[in-house]
Formats: sequence, structure tokens, C-alpha cells
Amino acid sequence: MERMIEVEHLTKWYGRTLALDRVSFSVARGQIVGFLGPNGAGKTTTLRILTGYLPATSGTARVAGRDVLLESLAVRSLIGYMPENMPLYPEMRVEEYLRLRAGLKGVPSARRGAAVDRAVERCRLKDVRRRLIGQLSKGYRQRVGLAEALVADPPVLILDEPTIGLDPAQIQETRRLIRALGEAHTVLLSSHILPEVEKTCSHLVIIAEGRIAAAGSVEELTTGLTSRRQVILEVRPGAAADGPAEMARAIGRLAGVADVRHEPTADGWTRLAVTPSGETDVRDRLHALVVQRGWLLRELRAQAATLEELYVQMTAGEAAARSVA
Amino acid sequence: MGKVWILTRRELSAYFVSPIAYVAMALFLVIAGFFFGLADFRPGAPAAMRSIFDVMMVVLVFILPIVAMRSLAEERRTGTLETLLTAPVTDAQVVVAKFLGCWLFYLAMLAPTAVYVAVLAAFGNPDFGPILSGYVGLALLGALYVGVGLAASALTSNQVIAAVTAFAVLMVLAALAPWIGTAVPPPWRGILLQASVRTHYADFSQGVVDAVHVIYFVAVTLLTLFLTVKILESRRWR
Repeated sequence: MERMIEVEHLTKWYGRTLALDRVSFSVARGQIVGFLGPNGAGKTTTLRILTGYLPATSGTARVAGRDVLLESLAVRSLIGYMPENMPLYPEMRVEEYLRLRAGLKGVPSARRGAAVDRAVERCRLKDVRRRLIGQLSKGYRQRVGLAEALVADPPVLILDEPTIGLDPAQIQETRRLIRALGEAHTVLLSSHILPEVEKTCSHLVIIAEGRIAAAGSVEELTTGLTSRRQVILEVRPGAAADGPAEMARAIGRLAGVADVRHEPTADGWTRLAVTPSGETDVRDRLHALVVQRGWLLRELRAQAATLEELYVQMTAGEAAARSVA
Repeated sequence: MGKVWILTRRELSAYFVSPIAYVAMALFLVIAGFFFGLADFRPGAPAAMRSIFDVMMVVLVFILPIVAMRSLAEERRTGTLETLLTAPVTDAQVVVAKFLGCWLFYLAMLAPTAVYVAVLAAFGNPDFGPILSGYVGLALLGALYVGVGLAASALTSNQVIAAVTAFAVLMVLAALAPWIGTAVPPPWRGILLQASVRTHYADFSQGVVDAVHVIYFVAVTLLTLFLTVKILESRRWR
């Protein structure tokens, strides 16, 4: 598949702060890729490098095979970019603004009117096309931002936090619109909220602390997770006199068990969380052990890890590190 | 060039919907009218506009920084600078368009003073040569001031800081340089005098359009535009 966006070993220092550390990923034509990471992970920096607003300290980035630094103007005319917080000129009317941007993006003046009409149509701005941007609600302003990115019909769309600050209905509508855009455009959109991108995107690139933590299609990432799911069981010693720590140790000795944690429940049972090593299913062994020891068992279930947990896990370490610093 | 013109038009129309531009324009016309009525339009005085042309060198030091301050500072503050500089236009095109927008607005601000010429012609017999050269001087002076204002506006996202910076630079360039010149040893004195706006501006209102003076204004204006482009580009290595 043809790669529309290729990022290789991108590193960016702001003074002495390392914002991006050898970031590499790629986006194939027609994909909708979610660029996911907590605030301050380097999302906006990466997008700014791709759009030619900032240069990288080292590494290369290419859009449709063209280097973003060496062929900056050519790359910029291939990209529709919506920066964070959708900056717009409040004193302009919607269609006036779209016309201006179409002109800047090299749409010939004879075709500008049609280009504006098409963008207005797609983003459903018909009712407000004569209104001043400064008087529009946030939802409409965001649609104007999207329409602006679309107006010259670029093959690549780069959207920085497109749904931030919108109400749930607007978020759903934006998602629908972005999914529809994915049919004709390659889309890279950033977000710090997983459910947001999980529902819109076919692929995810997760970034934390300026490094790529995971990348792949949503299915790939989810399958990778199910193989490492935890098993939760709630037991009581029953007739046996084993304490919680002893039970945990017994389980820990089983083949295929990597880690066991125990905690008491409110009603006197012990909850054990068992992490298997590799892809082994340890549920039958756990059951056999419980029977052999004569413990009482009231629950035994495999807990499917979600992407959400993976994401939190990958980014929590960073948050903790930051709060210490 | 097409893109420069598109951007210039947008700049111009932004001025005409901005209250601060009208305030600056009104202030300018009040001051110009005041000096015209007081100094130029008197019985017995020569039918000329010399006082207006001369006093504008100082008046514009206060007014043009206010006109130019929003051009880049506002874009930086609202974040539209990012949208603008990631469009397929070069930084230089953006700067030239910003300059032209502001300068054309300034020329529009000068336009109503043509009434004075008509008044002089109605009541006297003015010599149109010095009036024309005076306007050429004003146009060049304005270009230089707008250039300084633009460079200052590129430095910050705060319009007030931009205006005060431009004001300070212009104050030295237009008013203080000859005075500072008297306090420094000879080689510096000559340099300061040659760098001063006053030295090069005075002749225009007397009907002299000297190539040296024209070159001074054009060169310094180009220098400010070059600096503005470099300041915009500095985001890449800062």
C-alpha cells in the first residue's frame, strides 16, 4: 500500500527539553489514523513538523513521498491542516474566509466559488455562510475549521484535536464527517481521549513521552491484548487453614503464572489477580489447584484487557514520573 | 504575486473593520487639520503645506505603530499565524502582503488631506511641485514607519508591546538621532546623522526629490521587511 505519510526517527529538542525521541510511523493512503497520547506527549509537535510549521531537530518526514523540509510548499499544498483550537479570523464571514483560504491554497479564482460551495455543503455550514465567524458557536467554528482544511480538496488531512471542547452530539457528528472523509482522503487526527479515536479510526499510533508506545490497526492492538489477559478469582480457605499470602504463593508456583496479587474483599473473601506469562490459559490449572486444596471458589473469570487499560498503563507511568518531578 | 495580492486584500479589509484603525485615522486627521489650520492656512502665509509635511514626521511616530501593531502580533496571539504559515505561501509573501496592507491603509488615511490642496487652490495660488514632492516624502516616510511597526509586531503576541517597541525605535530614528549625534565623537556623528530620518525627510517638503533620500527610505524599509521575515523564521530555530 502506498504510504502517504512517512515519519522516520523524528527528534525534536526545544532548547534542552526533548519533545520527540526518534519517532517513526507511517500512514497508508486512505487510512484514518488516530494519533493518541496524553497532553504534552508530542502530538502537536509532530503535526507541526508534518505541516512545515516547525522543523525537526533530526530525522525525516515525508508526505506523498516529498520531504516536508526540502519541498515544504509542495507538501503544504497536499495537506489540509486544522491546528488545535481552530484559530480563525473572527471579523470575516464564513464564505469570505473559505474563499480566502482557497485562494491561498492555489485554487484558481474561477473554481473558488465551487470549492467553497462544496466545503460548505460537506460541513453543513449553509445556514451560517454569511455570518461573521466571531459570532458562531464553538461547534460551528469547528466546522468552519474543517471546511477550511477541506476547501482545496487535499489528499491528506491533518486534524489536531478535532473534537476538543465539543458537546456529545457535535462529537458524534464530527466523527461521522471524519469517517466519511476517510473514503477520499488520508486522515491523521490527534486526540488524548481513546474512545474518541477508537470509534473513528482504523489505525492507532500511541505516543507517550515523545516516543511511540504502540502502533497498528485497532484489531491488531486489541488481539495483542487479549493474549495477556488477567484471571481474577475470589476464594476462601474453607476447611483448609491457608492464609491469603499462602494461597497466592501456591498459585504463584503453578506453571504459566507470572504474577499473583491478592487483596481481601469486604465480605471476608480473598480476591486474587493472576497474570499469566505469555499466552498460556491458566484457568483450568487454577481450578484444579482450588479443588486439590479444598478452597471455596465463588468466581473465576478471565478479564479482557481493553485498549483503554493499555493506554492508561502506557501513559500512567509518565504521569507519575511527571508528578514526582 | 497572486497570493500576495489575495493576502493584501484581506489585510486591507481587516483594517477597515477594526475600530483601532479608525481611531488612529481620526487622530491623524484631527492633528493634520489642526496644523493645516494653524500654520498653513493663514492670511499672508505662502499657499503651501510645509508645516503639515514637517510635523508629520513626528506625529506619525505615534500613529503608525498603533496602525501596524496588530498585523502579526494579533495572528500570533489567536493562533491564526499557524494556519497562515502552514498554507502554501512563503513567509516572505506573508510579510510583503502584511506590509502592503498596512501601507495602503496609511495611504487611504492620507487621502482626505487632499481636501487641503483643494482649499489652498480655492483661496490661493499654491505651488503644486512641493506639494507633490511632499506627498512622495510622506508615502516613503510611512513605508519606513510601517516596516518598523511590522517588525516589532512580529516579535510579540502582545499588541501594546509591539506598538511601544516600534514607537521607541522610531523615536530614536526620527527625533533623537541628530541630538544624540551632537554628544558622540565625529565619525559616529556623521553616521548617526545619515541614519536619521530627519536628514533625509526634510528636503521633500521643499520640493526636492533627491535620489539619495529616496534610496534611504526604500533601503531601510526593505531592511525592516527582511528583518520581519527573519523574525518569523526564527520559530524554526528558537
